[in-house]
Amino acid sequence: MGRYVIRRLLQMIPVFFGATLLIFLMVNVMGDPIAGLCGDRQCDPATATQLRKEFGLDKPLWQQYVTYMGNVFTGDFGTAFNGQEVTELMASAFPVTIRLTIVAILFEIVIGIALGVVTGLRRGRPVDTGVLLATLVVISVPTFVTGLLLQLLLGVEWGWISPSVSPEAPFDELIVPGLVLASVSLAYVTRLTRTSIAENRRADYVRTAVAKGLPRHRVITRHLLRNSLIPVVTFIGTDIGALMGGAIVTERIFNIHGVGFQLYQGILRQNTQTVVGFVTVLVLVFLVANLLVDLLYAVLDPRIRYA
Amino acid sequence: MRGATHARWAACAVAVALAATACGDDGGGDSGGGDGSGIVSSSWGDPQNPLEPANTNEVQGGKVLDMLFRGLKRYDAKTGKANDMLAEKIETSDSQNFTVTVKSGWKFSNGEAVDAKSFVDAWNYGASLKNNQKNAYFFGYIDGYDKTHPEDGSKQTADTLSGLKVTGPNTFTVKLNQKFSTFPDTLGYAAFSPLPQSFFDDHAGWLSKPVGNGPYTIDSYAKGSVMKMREWVDYPGEDKAQNGGVDLKVYTDNNTAYTDLMAGNLDLVDDVPASQLKNAKSDLGDRYINTPAGIIQTLAFPFYDKAWDKAGMEKVRTGLSRAIDREQITETIFQKTRTPASDWTSPVLGEAGGFKEGLCGDACEYDPDEAKKLIEEGGGLPGGQVKISYNADTGSHKEWVDAVCNSVNNALDNDKACVGNPIGTFADFRNQITQSKMSGPFRAGWQMDYPLIQNFLQPLYYTNASSNDGKWTNAEFDKLVNEANAETDQAKAVDLFQQAEEVLRDDMGAIPLWYQNGSAGYSERVSNVALNQFSVPVYNEIKVS
Repeated sequence: MGRYVIRRLLQMIPVFFGATLLIFLMVNVMGDPIAGLCGDRQCDPATATQLRKEFGLDKPLWQQYVTYMGNVFTGDFGTAFNGQEVTELMASAFPVTIRLTIVAILFEIVIGIALGVVTGLRRGRPVDTGVLLATLVVISVPTFVTGLLLQLLLGVEWGWISPSVSPEAPFDELIVPGLVLASVSLAYVTRLTRTSIAENRRADYVRTAVAKGLPRHRVITRHLLRNSLIPVVTFIGTDIGALMGGAIVTERIFNIHGVGFQLYQGILRQNTQTVVGFVTVLVLVFLVANLLVDLLYAVLDPRIRYA
Repeated sequence: MRGATHARWAACAVAVALAATACGDDGGGDSGGGDGSGIVSSSWGDPQNPLEPANTNEVQGGKVLDMLFRGLKRYDAKTGKANDMLAEKIETSDSQNFTVTVKSGWKFSNGEAVDAKSFVDAWNYGASLKNNQKNAYFFGYIDGYDKTHPEDGSKQTADTLSGLKVTGPNTFTVKLNQKFSTFPDTLGYAAFSPLPQSFFDDHAGWLSKPVGNGPYTIDSYAKGSVMKMREWVDYPGEDKAQNGGVDLKVYTDNNTAYTDLMAGNLDLVDDVPASQLKNAKSDLGDRYINTPAGIIQTLAFPFYDKAWDKAGMEKVRTGLSRAIDREQITETIFQKTRTPASDWTSPVLGEAGGFKEGLCGDACEYDPDEAKKLIEEGGGLPGGQVKISYNADTGSHKEWVDAVCNSVNNALDNDKACVGNPIGTFADFRNQITQSKMSGPFRAGWQMDYPLIQNFLQPLYYTNASSNDGKWTNAEFDKLVNEANAETDQAKAVDLFQQAEEVLRDDMGAIPLWYQNGSAGYSERVSNVALNQFSVPVYNEIKVS
């Protein structure tokens, strides 16, 4: 087990470098960012040259990458065009997005798994059909439609919530955005759990447990659910990364100043430092979440071993 | 228990991975107080550049500077006239050497006095190449600019402008490198603001909480989310704030800001999203403002491309201009937030300032038959097709470019005569323009820096001027502009500028499309809301009930 973890950690290194290099190249392909800084007019050439020098844009690309990576390892992610340190942007954006992700994941786990268990145990009944239909609707409606609709109904028409989230973004303001963000994944979690439960319900060990005379809730939680959760855990694990980086739409609709918004603005302004910095951290989140998922398998199912 | 061991390993792995990359964060950011009485909340966007006066060239940072600073002159929000603000008097006998007297008694909000030195130091800072100020070219008319800001980017040989001299506590002289009679009227632009000594002594500290001499002070500034500006009680000027303060809130999307206004969480939105223009009137009634701003949209041509520069092409360009149904496009696509253009300036200048409705004459009248004839006479479209380039990321340009093309195609009875050419990002769009890579007409927008006809013509069409993106050049035009700048009588100067504009028209150096309006909406809590010519709300006059 220990060796497995170390091997996985070592494997992260090439993935990390490869991913950052790719992003670095992609952002650079978009061209010289300085031209966009002067509005609808030409930057005067002297200032433009000076700025390029300051941001290191006059050097060859490989050199820019090496310098950048060198700085990253000392904790310096560079400076955005508005003079703010990228680490400062991260310090304000990541806590917000992490809170949003926690809310979303909680919705997925609590509602998704509960619905999945209920429908899995009552296959073919009206509850099952109803939930299946509902998940189909949720999956097929794009997030921005659900988002804008809920914002308009709850925020403007009924006045239950504030349509925009304040800059501090406390948990209670993130409930509706979190639900919107989680909605599609929530539907998938429900369906995955349902199938898995329905399948395992007929497994031998479940019949044994029932025959032993164990109480019903113990059969379901300790035996049936634990074994059925493996595909669900895989899905939720990879979803953490997707939710953090992919919240652009939800964050824009609800005015959440998180990672998605910073990335969006960074791309519009071709701000290499911001984009590469944020994506680098997201890559790490992905890698760690995936490792966690793999290790969780062993926790859930003792038969799975890592050597 | 096996499970527990596994869980411990998992936790360990995470800890190692996180520690190795040192991506710790210390969630900071405190929220300032304020009970909200008399405070106006207004939508805002994150300023693109650091908030220095000579480094701010877009409207979001401009809003802050407008509240935070007062310069020698200030433009009247209604008439656009440059009135003396901190200037006691600005005298000249030859339109080239000016003596400026600063009013005494003005202070920065940190207690420092505003004197001649505050201005001279600020201007020297703005003009110095090493400070990377994006508005440096504003000081380009002052003698010695070529030394502090060498055009080729080589090492600067002076740190201060030789044309600026402090001659007394409250007086300084300005020597220009050319005659420029309306120079004093340009001094209302934010780049010419005075700066306190603390700006130079503790630059980083100043940037995190700028200090100025305007009617507001900055109470707290959480970068990227909210700036709380409060009334400065001891403000010595006459245009004191009529409200307790303004909270500028950064919105991720202007649609969200509009929704917040509807829900009563926001008092002022100064950028009504295009998709809501249709509803704004019914949603807001007379709390929706739609007033002219000093912005004109044109189509520029790549004159560096032989195909667009040869003889006879002026007919093709004029033909294209006549093939565009400006009336219909401004009505259906822009819901009348644009007005069809009939000259190259803006209505905000007023008749006396040089705006002349109909100066373009027939050349801007929609007439499909005439358009077709002109284009044929001129030798047809280069390559049989025009591609109108625009940036697709902001400003809903796609809609109007498609409409313009539609109009051209209908006029020429050819489905493929005109197509839009979207470019992904604004930066890339600007890049292709600066590198002279355009192969056909492209979107060119101009927001004035100061309400002078000179500002609508010289930077855009003078040979090699800073924003002459199409590289149009005409000796006659240049000569008239030079004469106009040297003319001390304003009416005569305006007349000369208009003659230059006629030269531009006859060659159709750029197609004027429409004048842009500023649009805003506000809540029932506030009143006396107006936009100035720069489409910035006149914050200090807003009243809160």
